[in-house]
Amino acid sequence: MVTSFPKSRLTRWAASFTGQAISLFARFITAPRAIWQGVEPAQRQRVYFANHSSNGDFVLLWTVLPPALRLQTRPVAALDYWLTSPLRAFIGREVFNAVLIDRRPEARTDDPVAQMTTALDEGASLILFPEGQRNTSDAPLLPFKSGLYHLAKARPDVDLVPVWIANLNKVMPKGEVIPVPLICTLTFGAPLHLGPDEAKEAFLARTAAALLALQPQAPA
Amino acid sequence: MTSPHLLWLLSGVGAILVLASIVGEVLRQRLSPQGGNPVIENLNARITAWWGMVILLAIAFLAGKPGVVLLFALCSFAALREFLTLTTHNRADHWSLLACFFVVLPLQYWFVLTDWYGMYSVFVPVYVFLLLPVLSALRGSTKDFLIRVSETQWALMICVYCVSHVPALLYLQIPGFEGRNVILIAYLIFVVQLSDVLQYVWGKLLGRTKIAPTLSPSKTWEGFIGGALSATAIGTALYWMTPFSPLQAAGLCLMLTLMGFFGGLVMSAIKRDRGVKDWGHLIAGHGGFIDRLDSVIFAAPIFFHVTRYYWSLT
Repeated sequence: MVTSFPKSRLTRWAASFTGQAISLFARFITAPRAIWQGVEPAQRQRVYFANHSSNGDFVLLWTVLPPALRLQTRPVAALDYWLTSPLRAFIGREVFNAVLIDRRPEARTDDPVAQMTTALDEGASLILFPEGQRNTSDAPLLPFKSGLYHLAKARPDVDLVPVWIANLNKVMPKGEVIPVPLICTLTFGAPLHLGPDEAKEAFLARTAAALLALQPQAPA
Repeated sequence: MTSPHLLWLLSGVGAILVLASIVGEVLRQRLSPQGGNPVIENLNARITAWWGMVILLAIAFLAGKPGVVLLFALCSFAALREFLTLTTHNRADHWSLLACFFVVLPLQYWFVLTDWYGMYSVFVPVYVFLLLPVLSALRGSTKDFLIRVSETQWALMICVYCVSHVPALLYLQIPGFEGRNVILIAYLIFVVQLSDVLQYVWGKLLGRTKIAPTLSPSKTWEGFIGGALSATAIGTALYWMTPFSPLQAAGLCLMLTLMGFFGGLVMSAIKRDRGVKDWGHLIAGHGGFIDRLDSVIFAAPIFFHVTRYYWSLT
């Protein structure tokens, strides 16, 4: 596991236990099903990018990864959300080993893209939500922020794997506190790379289209 | 809650599964050595899952009434989760959906556990039927209202009400059969599932004429008649462990296989309407919980009431 500071054995045990408990709860509620449609769950460095409709998104994606891949996969999450309470900080930092980036350009000291490339260079795979915020609109996907493009440009060899997370917004609609048990599906698409001379807008449109194409057909 | 007859039945099922596992392995080595034949792979996945289901059921039987009630409550939970994933609902239904899982389901099984027949037989069809739509109405959304509340009620009737009649069999009072009610559950599940398996086997061997091509390509007249009759014959031969005479056992088995067949048919119609092949994915080779339980769901309440009316004192 990639760490930035030493951890006591107790912290590590507590983090691992909490991670298992969160994962088990996510399974109990959503019985998540992974469909590896365009790619196999192989031991390769990847950036999984997914639609973002709930705070449980990365937990679910992390849960369906095989344990060996899970250990090396770090979610990219908002520092301004995850460091607001000690419990969140423990879950964000210790349990999920998140790469915490600051969404507020005026407040931040670290460049988010540099933080992500550092994590990649250390051998980690990443979970990224290119919409940059939770989608609470009626549109299936918000316009992508440019982070995915800059990351693809900085490390062009890394596989960018689109993952569509279906149904989680019905498990916990905005404003509700208790999740209702419904089955969620995660569809993994074929890996993408930045084309030579591909412009930012074209790349973001192409990656967003690849993600949208993974939506399962909605029940009538 | 063990009885020599239950041990006989479980050993019999164990022997069938050992035989099935050997046949599956031989077929794999002959026809699908690299795992390339999907029918053989599915057959072996199904046999493995059967081992798991039989072992779980046996553990629940050993744990007594609470164990059996808990096992079927968990089955109801998984089935309801599958069913409500496919039904129409919107944000305004959040509370009523939560009530389905965390109030209605536990209460129904609590009533079964405490043997409150007068309550568990009307709770979902009367009280929940009338009160649950109120929760959705209070949230103010009228779009598709009738569709939303009807589909939710249907989900509860199928996944909670009908399934809860399996453990309810433990509480019937049949003179001369005291302490052996668990046999009724084992017998119900054995005959219904055996009929499913034999319909699958007869259908694969002789199936030509499809019964309802739009609903299910695998249901054939040859498979249905062969499966229902052979399951009825085997069920009748086991009459000595039940409270029934051979003739009564034959009639009940015929009823069970028919109801089981109807269950598969109706649940297939819902799947086709919603454009899915399986209800879920948690039972490897079979699909979801409802895919495996559909025939038991339709057979259990009828078996319960017929047995109760003609044989039970309560």
